[in-house]
Amino acid sequence: MNFFVDLLIEPFREYIFMRHALAACVALAIGCAPVGMLLVLRRMSLMGDALSHAVLPGAALGFLVSGLSLYAMTVGGIVVGLTVALLAGAVARVTALREDASFAALYLISLALGVLIISMRGTSIDLVHVLFGTILAVDDPALILVASITTVTVFTMAIIYRPLIVECFDPGFLRSVGGKGATMHFLFLVLVVLNLVAGFTALGTLMAVGMLMLPAASANFWARQFWSASLVAAIIAVIAGYSGLLLSFHLNVPSGPAIILVAGLCYAFSVFFGRYGSIYRRHKAGGHLTG
Amino acid sequence: MLLFARILIAFWAVLVITDTARATSPINIVASFSILGDIMSNVGGDRVRVTTLVGPDSDAHAYEPTPAAAKAVRGANLVVVNGLGFEGWIDRLITASGYKGLVVVASTGVKPREMKDDHDHGKAGAHDNHEATDPHAWQNLENGRLYVSTIAAALVSIDPEGASYYTERAAAYTKRLTDLEGWAKAEFSAIPKEKRRMITSHDAFGYLGDTFDIEILSPMGLGTGKEPTAGGVKKLIQQIKKEKITAVFVENISNPRMIQQIAKESGVKVGGELYSDALSAPTGPAASYTEMFKYNVTKIVTTMKKGL
Repeated sequence: MNFFVDLLIEPFREYIFMRHALAACVALAIGCAPVGMLLVLRRMSLMGDALSHAVLPGAALGFLVSGLSLYAMTVGGIVVGLTVALLAGAVARVTALREDASFAALYLISLALGVLIISMRGTSIDLVHVLFGTILAVDDPALILVASITTVTVFTMAIIYRPLIVECFDPGFLRSVGGKGATMHFLFLVLVVLNLVAGFTALGTLMAVGMLMLPAASANFWARQFWSASLVAAIIAVIAGYSGLLLSFHLNVPSGPAIILVAGLCYAFSVFFGRYGSIYRRHKAGGHLTG
Repeated sequence: MLLFARILIAFWAVLVITDTARATSPINIVASFSILGDIMSNVGGDRVRVTTLVGPDSDAHAYEPTPAAAKAVRGANLVVVNGLGFEGWIDRLITASGYKGLVVVASTGVKPREMKDDHDHGKAGAHDNHEATDPHAWQNLENGRLYVSTIAAALVSIDPEGASYYTERAAAYTKRLTDLEGWAKAEFSAIPKEKRRMITSHDAFGYLGDTFDIEILSPMGLGTGKEPTAGGVKKLIQQIKKEKITAVFVENISNPRMIQQIAKESGVKVGGELYSDALSAPTGPAASYTEMFKYNVTKIVTTMKKGL
């Protein structure tokens, strides 16, 4: 019994940095679950990666204005991230270009702009490396930032999820009943950017995007309804965070990759054995049809 | 035939003119990063114009060459690099620029420090102790003096007329470095050997540590890019608490958050910022090689004294 306490609980009891890391994981898990689910539904799964590059000019401008200040760089990142996401959404709505394509175009423009701004200053600090944190170095301000954004996300999602989902499947119907689909979608984009940029600065790109997409992609195999799938995603993310941190603690491996790989294992398991649409289910269903 | 002779004479005249022009205007030399650039200006004096590729407060590990850098390299009479794997981008830059002149490795003759990358000292079964050469040789002033003589020899070989000028300046600068080292030794002598322990965010002070018997611990290992592990951070915190280490520092070019977090959890104050791979801006406290060294030693000794 004592052995298990030492193995599973003691690290968090004894070390503040482990508690902070776990708290950040839990907050991130709850906030990211519904957002990630919607990204999967809307086929925008790769948006997170694109956005991690798109925030560069914001970080660079923040750096130009006030040097290596995390706050200036985070604010710059959020502003630029929002601009890119909203512009991409707008282009997709008023033209024939699809959202993923307009997103790719805008994030590339943004990235190029960022590199240009940094080189104008003539410095070669890896700004992204400085701006993006690690899960082991979550301090009080970072924790408060992540937790506040989670709170805002969950409440906003509770209000707007119905029209959002209707819009995913049948935008015409939503318009016919007078729903404000575009407004909802833009609100959603704001949430995505907030979650991602907060995640980048507090925990780094891999953690932020990984915790957003992997649990959501896995949960899709286990539940059909939006909120129940979100719940599954959040649980998977918490499990991944907790066991990843313990692995990193006991086996001395980097924490971010450890957490994301545990989430990856959950995903692989879901792909094979999930309740809906997994390889196992399809195989069984196929068997029924032919047999 | 007469025409041919005239042309020859004209050519010769042009050659003479350009030659004298070259002797009066400074020769262009390129340094890969700020610390090297400062040493080169000190040795070369008025006879050289130094261009530094990676400037103050910038990270040579993360540098991306620009066309302006390639232009500077192509127009140079001499290129000096640190070597020991510090500038991973330099070979490609030189090839791309079309520079055909002399490339001098300043760290020639330095005894390279093999760097064992282990967070868990003495513990069997350390997971990552791959070895790599530590490039930060300038943190030992004895190596700094080798840099000076290598650079002076290179300058003499491309500009023989200035030989006595360079040799004189190199000797004067070497003396300053020797004096500085004597001063640093005296400073450290106030601290008992078992108290000479410090923590920095990336292992850039190994050569300094070897000179003055300082044990240096770092959560990141070599380079600025590696990710810390929870187990490594735990061991560091335990060690700070157990051995009552007071000297905890961040560096001018890397993310300070990990070190700040560790310091907070183990109840020590971060001793300030050290300069490892780059000088500060001209207005800063470490604008030259000697100032940087003096600044670092003063910081380290002051914080270590608090733990006595």
